[in-house]
Amino acid sequence: MNMRMENHVVIDLKRDAAIVEISVDGQKVKACEGEPILAALLASGIKINRYTMKKHEPRGLFCGIGQCTDCAMIVNGQPNVRTCITPVQAGMVIQTQDGLTKGG
Amino acid sequence: MLSRDIVIIGAGPAGLAASIEAGKAGADVLVADLNMKPGGQLFKQIHKFFGSSEHHSGTRGTDIGIRLLKEAENAGVEIWLRSAVIGIFPGNKVAIRKDLGDGKTELITLLAKKIIMATGASENVVRFKGWTSPGVMGAGAAQTMVNVNHVKPGKKIVMVGSGNVGLIVSYQLMQAGCEVVAVVEAAPGIGGYAVHAAKICRAGVPIYTKHTVVEAVTDEDGCVKEVVIAEVDGKFNPVAGTEKRLEADTVTIAAGLKPVVELPRLLNCDFSYHGLFGGWIPLHNKNMETSVAGIYVAGDSTGVEEANTALEEGRIAGIAAAESLGLIPADRADARKKEIWGRLESLRMGPFGEKRLKGKEAILKEYKERIGLPSVR
Repeated sequence: MNMRMENHVVIDLKRDAAIVEISVDGQKVKACEGEPILAALLASGIKINRYTMKKHEPRGLFCGIGQCTDCAMIVNGQPNVRTCITPVQAGMVIQTQDGLTKGG
Repeated sequence: MLSRDIVIIGAGPAGLAASIEAGKAGADVLVADLNMKPGGQLFKQIHKFFGSSEHHSGTRGTDIGIRLLKEAENAGVEIWLRSAVIGIFPGNKVAIRKDLGDGKTELITLLAKKIIMATGASENVVRFKGWTSPGVMGAGAAQTMVNVNHVKPGKKIVMVGSGNVGLIVSYQLMQAGCEVVAVVEAAPGIGGYAVHAAKICRAGVPIYTKHTVVEAVTDEDGCVKEVVIAEVDGKFNPVAGTEKRLEADTVTIAAGLKPVVELPRLLNCDFSYHGLFGGWIPLHNKNMETSVAGIYVAGDSTGVEEANTALEEGRIAGIAAAESLGLIPADRADARKKEIWGRLESLRMGPFGEKRLKGKEAILKEYKERIGLPSVR
């Protein structure tokens, strides 16, 4: 699935960022270097970032500006990273977070 | 301990404007912001602003952001990005988790002679069954996704709320290539300007007034697949039997904003409740100084309005802070502040603005009566 915008009447969509590969739960995903991790995931149709600790309910993009923490994931082994304000770097290893830490 | 003349928290329109004024006056200014880029929410405002030429009418929010960044750079302002202020302590100490790149951070405590808090606002939510599911989000979140990140948050969208944010973001989601299935509004009438509502209607999108969302129905993964709406009675309760089921993968909520006020709370600044401005706000005087001496506020964090009022309030805070450091002579600072208060008055006119003008006057009056002069803590 590709959710990237294709054309726009106001915005210049020329993308000059390098296309890099990141790993999301073991799957290879293409992303633009420097874009928020959350945007790269949404662009590939990935909507779930984490599961809650007690009820294991899924959570995804909610505020998009670093306030709500619903998009927290495990990035390069570090849990609770707000993916909406963390830029993509080539080779990043991203995991869906379950509870406070993986398996927590 | 590291020190700065002025530490500004938030690099949105208020924080940047404050930094420009203080920097131009010769103050040593540091701006800290949580986000990847400065500009706050300006860069998602791809529409042209209303108002007079001195308030950038006809200019897009993104272009105002670019201009501000250039001015801040010219004024010698230092900006730390991806750097969250995680604490603020009596004696003007600011704790910042500074980003060092590559996922590394350093905790730095800075001594600031003056602090300007310009932390903005956060979106209100509307709760219904399934509101926490992936696919339900703030209208501002969806706007950030399309206008800043150029990624569609979903394919078929139900917008909740027909104020200006709901209407403008609906239109911008369509411009981005999303389908807006419906705009749902609990009130009997459309909340925003007719000019925005007309664009939505011309595009064939139904605006359901006197309706609310009852449920966001989810698929096996827990993501939104269908949205149930229903008519509401005079007390905003759904009326049984009036349900409509809309196929949609996204619900965007445009139900207003509230000031982000954790930091002034930590400093025990005096607060007041103003529903018109989004809720609890730190009181301020005509210098934008709170009840605590040397601590200033500006922009949405002291009452939700819009980018232009935030800019002007930021300018006042920047000038007043620099003045109190002896960097601007009192007569010149007074003249500048008076001029800006005049411009704020012209921004707070018209049927929507008039109430805000009266509300802000009430806040200044309350400060005078309850606090009088800011105190050192």
